[in-house]
Amino acid sequence: MNLVIFSGPPSSGKTSIILKTIEAMRKRDLQVGVVKFDCLSTDDDILYEKAGIPVKKGLSGALCPDHYFASNIEEVVQWGRRRGLDLLITESAGLCNRCSPYIKSIKGVCVIDNLSGINTPKKIGPMLKAADIVVITKGDIVSQAEREVFASKVNSVNPKAMTMHINGLTGQGAFELSTLLYDEDENLESVTGMELRYPMPSALCSYCLGETRIGDDFQMGNVRKIELGDMDE
Amino acid sequence: MTINKILEKYPFAMSYFVENKLDVENHKEKTFQEFLDGFTHEEVEDLAMDKEELAENLEIFIDQMKEFLGIKEEVGVRSLTILPGFDKSGSPEGFNELTISTSQVISIVGPTGAGKSRLLADIEWTAQKDTPTGRSILINDELPDKKWRFSSNNKLVAQLSQNMNFVMDLTVMEFLQLHAESRLVEDVEGTIQRIIRAANSLAGEKFQLDTPVTALSGGQSRALMIADTAILSSSPIVLIDEIENAGIDRRKALNLLIDEDKIVLMATHDPTLALIADKRIIIKNGGIAKIIETTEEEKEILLKLEKMDTYIQDMRSSLRNGKTLSV
Ligand SMILES: Nc1nc2c(ncn2[C@@H]2O[C@H](COP(=O)(O)OP(=O)(O)OP(=O)(O)O)[C@@H](O)[C@H]2O)c(=O)[nH]1
Ligand SMILES: Nc1ncnc2c1ncn2[C@@H]1O[C@H](COP(=O)(O)OP(=O)(O)OP(=O)(O)O)[C@@H](O)[C@H]1O
Ligand SMILES: [Mg+2]
Ligand SMILES: [Mg+2]
Ligand SMILES: [Zn+2]
Ligand SMILES: [Zn+2]
Repeated sequence: MNLVIFSGPPSSGKTSIILKTIEAMRKRDLQVGVVKFDCLSTDDDILYEKAGIPVKKGLSGALCPDHYFASNIEEVVQWGRRRGLDLLITESAGLCNRCSPYIKSIKGVCVIDNLSGINTPKKIGPMLKAADIVVITKGDIVSQAEREVFASKVNSVNPKAMTMHINGLTGQGAFELSTLLYDEDENLESVTGMELRYPMPSALCSYCLGETRIGDDFQMGNVRKIELGDMDE
Repeated sequence: MTINKILEKYPFAMSYFVENKLDVENHKEKTFQEFLDGFTHEEVEDLAMDKEELAENLEIFIDQMKEFLGIKEEVGVRSLTILPGFDKSGSPEGFNELTISTSQVISIVGPTGAGKSRLLADIEWTAQKDTPTGRSILINDELPDKKWRFSSNNKLVAQLSQNMNFVMDLTVMEFLQLHAESRLVEDVEGTIQRIIRAANSLAGEKFQLDTPVTALSGGQSRALMIADTAILSSSPIVLIDEIENAGIDRRKALNLLIDEDKIVLMATHDPTLALIADKRIIIKNGGIAKIIETTEEEKEILLKLEKMDTYIQDMRSSLRNGKTLSV
């Protein structure tokens, strides 16, 4: 089995791209399945099911979805193998700009859209910087100039990645992506022992542990204070 | 090499530092490695940095930009050749070879779902019998360089379509500056002036440099997009998905692209546009069924069509100006 990890900001077009890409692979007679990781809720599983794609979802609830991903990916890989999949795709909603789900030696794809603003590549951190392939969507609704500026910003934070423009609505470019995802010589049996590409933040504060009361007395562990800078004068 | 030296030799490296949020201002005497080593362990975690990768990527980035500048100086793309594949039923396509040179306009016609977008995608991906159509694409009569597929600054194809809008919160001036800088243009000021002049000659109403791009009228934005793509985009091939009639001179728009040595392919249902092209590709059932050269007779029809277009345009502007129409 092959594994590919998709991540990207909310509503950037991950599901649309994955659906179009799987559709483009139909003729190759490959069994493809998807697992969606999200925080509070998702209807993506219904979309995949409608397209006849085996799907599972995992909701992280109180946890950062990427932490939840790291704790569950081995189980998910084993599910894929039991289902006899040739290719397992995971879709993670990149809700936390600090974390990213990519694993060393597993293909990582970041989906980001032209509408998110030119400062987004600067802001989203390892989710974009550590990806092997960056897919840029929604090029159909912005100007050529904006597409070029956006792509050049992406390139400066991740010059190693291959950048592709794909239209999530018409699927233009999805066939091309589909040729890059599956390698028949690769046979993944387990991800145990593999490493995340980028460490997740190690800090915990009392609010991570369930504290709800506000005030200095209740703040423990890694506490950091905002600098407002107007008390010195 | 110190950061100072790097910036002296490769001024574009500044955008690498800025986009990666590296404030090198007071560290220019250091090498990049020394600069990175100056971050404490906590800062590294705080900023989600990967020092090794930042150092490696700087080199890759500089190489890519050098290559990009090199390509701009080269002769560039002179011709695009499409070699036939198969339609959706697997029958061979109805042509032997189609070569399109710079400054030519080709139109693409065919019913919905026939495969127009697939043809455009084949070109964009420089297909090598590895797409559903089995077509191959040659550039300057040779197998295309891999860079057309994989690098983000050297895209073969620029696109213009109906639904496109400006979304950035910038004035026309700021917008063009940003685009020019990302293309590593030397004479930014001169280039901007050229684009404005060209855009104003396409649009009915002129616009100012301090107008926000999002506040331009439909015709004005279309005009600015076309002028900007013609003059600033580094992509040698322009794919157009219909240019609507409202508010811009379409023939002038195509001429502008031709003057800038672009190869123009245009999917359209509009007879005027279809006939302006030197040739038209007829797509049926996923394949190119025929390639028709625009005949002399058709050119005459085109003149009539253009007269009708002008007639309609005149009526439109008369109505807009509150006049009463007469026969
Ligand atoms: N115009 C346009 N719309 C797109 C494109 N790609 C996706 N969309 C639309 O963007 C919206 C969000 O797309 P999704 O595929 O659900 O995004 P997602 O990243 O999976 O979203 P979450 O899983 O909820 O984070 C949908 O309405 C899509 O139809 C594109 O290339 N162009
Ligand atoms: N030669 C071919 N062989 C196999 N499949 C093909 C071929 N040509 C096109 N297709 C497929 O047919 C579908 C429709 O093609 P496409 O989207 O290019 O149509 P279109 O002409 O752009 O339609 P519209 O006018 O609706 O935009 C796509 O899924 C495309 O991949
Ligand atoms: Mg989704
Ligand atoms: Mg189409
Ligand atoms: Zn997180
Ligand atoms: Zn916390």
